[in-house]
Amino acid sequence: MSATHKEVLFGLYDDEEVLIKAVKQAKEDHLEIMDVYTPFPVHGLDPVLGLAESRLHIAGFIYGAIGTLTAFLFMSWVFTRDWPIIFGGKPYWSVPAFIPITFELTVLFASIGMVVSFYTVCGMAPGKTIPTLDDRITDDKFCIAFETNDASESHLDKLRSFFSASGASEVNTKVI
Amino acid sequence: MSAVVSHIREPLVNGGKTYHQITEDLCSPTERTPTASWVIAFLVAVTGLALYVFCVAWTIWEGIGSWDLNRTIGWSWDITNFVWWVGIGHAGTLISAILLLFRQRWRTGVNRAAEAMTIFAVICAGQFPLIHMGRLWLAMFIFPYPNTRGPLWVNFNSPLLWDVFAISTYFTVSLLFWYTGLVPDFATVRDRAKGLRRKVYNFLSFGWTGSAKHWQRWESLSLVLAGLATPLVLSVHTIVSFDFATSVIPGWHTTIFPPYFVAGAIFSGFAMVLTLMIMTRKVLKLEDYITIGHIESMNKVILLTGTIVGVAYLTELFIAWYSGYIYEQFAFYNRVLGPYWWSYVGMMSCNVLSPQLFWSKKMRRSIFVTFFMSIFINIGMWFERFVIIATTLARDYLPSSWSYYVPTWVEIGLFIGSLGLFFTLYLLFVRVAPVVAVAEIKSILKVAGDQYAGENAKKANAHADHH
Repeated sequence: MSATHKEVLFGLYDDEEVLIKAVKQAKEDHLEIMDVYTPFPVHGLDPVLGLAESRLHIAGFIYGAIGTLTAFLFMSWVFTRDWPIIFGGKPYWSVPAFIPITFELTVLFASIGMVVSFYTVCGMAPGKTIPTLDDRITDDKFCIAFETNDASESHLDKLRSFFSASGASEVNTKVI
Repeated sequence: MSAVVSHIREPLVNGGKTYHQITEDLCSPTERTPTASWVIAFLVAVTGLALYVFCVAWTIWEGIGSWDLNRTIGWSWDITNFVWWVGIGHAGTLISAILLLFRQRWRTGVNRAAEAMTIFAVICAGQFPLIHMGRLWLAMFIFPYPNTRGPLWVNFNSPLLWDVFAISTYFTVSLLFWYTGLVPDFATVRDRAKGLRRKVYNFLSFGWTGSAKHWQRWESLSLVLAGLATPLVLSVHTIVSFDFATSVIPGWHTTIFPPYFVAGAIFSGFAMVLTLMIMTRKVLKLEDYITIGHIESMNKVILLTGTIVGVAYLTELFIAWYSGYIYEQFAFYNRVLGPYWWSYVGMMSCNVLSPQLFWSKKMRRSIFVTFFMSIFINIGMWFERFVIIATTLARDYLPSSWSYYVPTWVEIGLFIGSLGLFFTLYLLFVRVAPVVAVAEIKSILKVAGDQYAGENAKKANAHADHH
């Protein structure tokens, strides 16, 4: 991790509506925001920040389709090829009886697949430590962060004046 | 954001909270030393758990002969307990998934605890079919895995196997849904902690930072999981009802079973949520988050589902008579007036008659009435499953094999012990995790907090209008 040390200048805001206005302002001033951290999902932030829609649900559909096929094809193979048995005088390939398990496995595959994908793309895992900027971000502070590794003094001044103009209650630096 | 504030709806968060106060109120129960009431409750629950472990060990050691099952009545308290617990396990997903899709904001006050309850109830439920197998060490035979017996596969056409898939899928999906919701809150607890406690919560929070992109994905995931869990929760109890409905036993072989079971499951689940919530809000002082308004909303669901269940009971009787089929008619005559008439009376009075009190707003908003009603409904729904299972089997086609069933001490111990298991898990949960979803409450504060949407806000607005 030592190779990716980042110097960060960040401002903390007390209210999400002030935060959204500040993000809009930063976009207008062409300041490159590293990330925005909030204690809860702030609605209306994504379009202002210019975040593309998550594609997680598309992945979920694909996982679900894999589950459907796995369940249905496996049961069909078992009862028509591998070990055909007559149950209650019904045909070997008794499709209606396969529906409940096919449905359950569709849901199971989609759910597990999406949850695993979610943690993977977010870079999260059990026990993983990702350095945070301030402990109050998960409590009541809303944070806009700028990366300042090679920033000139004039750029830093510009960022600081942005923070004071947009209503940040605190401005700090941290190396993460 | 302020455009959606309603001044007419009752506020969901009282006490003029700030974001920091919410964190403080909801996280501090996990940080304080346990109160005396918690310790006493925990000791009682663990005693129940010990009884459960003993009775399970006894059953496995002695065999199913230690129960009073016989050739006529092959299913009784064990499957009654199984269906009862699975039913209770339906409310959590209903609250968290279906109410999320319907955008019912009051769910945020109770969803976390209800989901936890779901998971613990399914854990209790899953054990009963397993110990009923008798030879527990062969339990893996229920899964289709490549084996040296052919491989001989399981019967995919059997509702009992569908149940295996339904219950295990339901448990897995509920657990994932619940834990994903918990991760941001574990991060909140982590950031308040120091030393070893911080390390533990750092492990549990998976390295959550609160990044905007992560929140976006988290919301997308929650929404899709809710969309998946909604048909899932309906399918699970439908499949449980198939265990009975696809048989050829008069009294079981009815097409009304799936909707009737699902309504009953939601009914009993909400009753258990109320039992737990009324105790939890009092002990953890969460009256500002789990308000009378929440209790009233849940009581409305109870009134609706209780009435649906009542209609189902009457429809069953009507259809039995209308079918003109004497075996079906006898099964229902026997259900109402046979040797187990007392359990039918218990079921009808607890499930159908007593919830009608909730037509009165005063009753819906009374904590005292609600608490006792929730206990009644829990008892009534247990009776319902007993009525369906044991009384139907007790009088079959052959009068020479008619039988009567009385539980042995092992079966009673298993049922009471499973309550011990459930409450032990729940009490541990309230010590480890915030019982109310912290981040989600913060996200509705500005549309449903009383300082924005309640009486104070109304006064402030009126004041503003004068100027």
